[in-house]
Amino acid sequence: MAEFKTNPEIVKPENLVYKRTEMLTPATMHYCPGCGHGTTHRIIMEVIEEMGVAADTVGIAPVGCSVLAYDYMNIDMQEAAHGRAPALATAVKRLMPEKFVFTYQGDGDLAAIGTAETIHACNRGENITIIFVNNGIYGMTGGQMAPTTLENMKASTCPYGRDIATMGSPLKITELIAQLPGTMYVTRQAVHTPAAVRSTKKAIRKAFENQKLKKGLSFVEVVSNCNSGWKMTPRQANEWMVQNMFPYFPLGDIKVNE
Amino acid sequence: MKELRLMKGNEAFAEAAIRAGADGYFGYPITPQSEVMEYLMAQKTEERTGMVTLQAESEIAAINMVYGGACCGKRVLTSSSSPGISLKQEGISYIAGAELPCVILNCVRGGPGLGTIQPSQSDYFQSTKGGGHGDYRLIVLAPASVQEMADFASLGFDLAFKYRNPVLILADGAIGQVMEKVELQPQQPRLTMDEIKKNTPWATVGRANGRERNFVTSLDLDSLRMEKHNHDLQAKYRQIEENEMRYEALQCDDADYIFVAYGTSSRLCQKAIQLAREEGIKVGLLRPITLFPFPKKPLEDLSKRVKGMLVVELSMGQMIEDVRLSVHDKIKVEHFGRAGGMIPSPHDIVDALKKQIIGG
Repeated sequence: MAEFKTNPEIVKPENLVYKRTEMLTPATMHYCPGCGHGTTHRIIMEVIEEMGVAADTVGIAPVGCSVLAYDYMNIDMQEAAHGRAPALATAVKRLMPEKFVFTYQGDGDLAAIGTAETIHACNRGENITIIFVNNGIYGMTGGQMAPTTLENMKASTCPYGRDIATMGSPLKITELIAQLPGTMYVTRQAVHTPAAVRSTKKAIRKAFENQKLKKGLSFVEVVSNCNSGWKMTPRQANEWMVQNMFPYFPLGDIKVNE
Repeated sequence: MKELRLMKGNEAFAEAAIRAGADGYFGYPITPQSEVMEYLMAQKTEERTGMVTLQAESEIAAINMVYGGACCGKRVLTSSSSPGISLKQEGISYIAGAELPCVILNCVRGGPGLGTIQPSQSDYFQSTKGGGHGDYRLIVLAPASVQEMADFASLGFDLAFKYRNPVLILADGAIGQVMEKVELQPQQPRLTMDEIKKNTPWATVGRANGRERNFVTSLDLDSLRMEKHNHDLQAKYRQIEENEMRYEALQCDDADYIFVAYGTSSRLCQKAIQLAREEGIKVGLLRPITLFPFPKKPLEDLSKRVKGMLVVELSMGQMIEDVRLSVHDKIKVEHFGRAGGMIPSPHDIVDALKKQIIGG
């Protein structure tokens, strides 16, 4: 095998074009290659770094693939029970209103087991930010049907595809919570292209800035892939997401109160 | 300065929690303890001391709000009654696993299931043996008067923070609803953010410049580390057993027989002692004040010089198992109780003593 030598020019500080934000720990992420969680983690942490609010931010991790988010996010964090993150966040924000408080949740956590906590935190207009990563499947437990699994989409607990008659329709919880007077900003984004990443980062920044206004809850859905759970390559998964997820979960702002 | 008031047990608990410098209460209505949140809301706690009072969408949400607040080093509490406490068990297990302080009041009603709204003591097993999943214990305080409902609010916070462990106050519908004279302690100030950072350096209150991040979790996928965590928890529980066992012995010195009872049952036994002694039967009362840690040693010592013990509970017999384990079957130990919200009369208790212990 040929010896690999790094070009000394590349590592010169003046040539640095991209680096890990200090708001992420050096820990190696456990996410599958191609998964959107790592990108989403990074842009949240970039927003916190750019706003200079690391000392004033408390994050709540969910149960699911991102259960170990606190291993990567270099801020104070709490690890909630499955679905309960909005309840923890409610208390943290009420007890320390000067802090920035956010939850990071997947579709099973937020839209199945945690539906009550989600709806009621939104309805009370808790002054927090919810980041909702929707990949239409339970990744951590091995690819079971999620509340957002698409019609006819296969998962380990619907091996012949999701049957609407017996399993219900994929839940558009983001549209649902946009109806609630307690939410001030509700948007659906993605992280599969550089343009989508930039758009999501802007949305997350806005959602965090909104906490200063004290006018209600901000909710950012990130439609993402799960190439392992979907049994596709990362590239196939992103293409499938564009062709199948986006028509049912269209990207863009759903509610913007100023 | 002494302040005497006539209050319901539930109200006294709520008032005492405010005065103990509580930062937040999170609850959900259920009979027979709804007065706790009603009282706090009427008191406008946010204006009075800055304490947050929030009505959650469920008992599950309420206990998870307590979890979130406890992660921040805040003095937080919740209250409920039996079916609601069952719903809270998931959260209580997480709080115990993550070693967080909080106070939980269970104003027990009869079960199982939806059961009844009348007083009962049928949640003893759930309270003292863990309750939720995993190997853990709560510190369990059993008030027998409105005064103790008030006193245990602040004692509960002290113990919870001393051991980083949830404290359960196991009352019942009668203690919650009855009105009695109560002496209230003066208002303690709520902790400042600087005090919280100093007293509870693990609290997730924002990663100040230079400090490592804090995170609170009950998860560890490394089995060896998780086993060690379990050993550490058990060591803590042994320390709690060593230091915090509390009980009251009433007329035990000359007693031939002993009633063992807590909470409302112990009040009934006080009258039963008087009735029995009028008939020449020398009986005393051992009242556990802490149900975990359980007063094993005092019971074992008593078993060396009394003839028998009657365990009186508003249940079909739960605490009796711990009494029998404490006395190693050396003397006769029997159970007498009513269930479903029924309360025996002191005469019933004396009759049971004669029939099951003396004559049996």
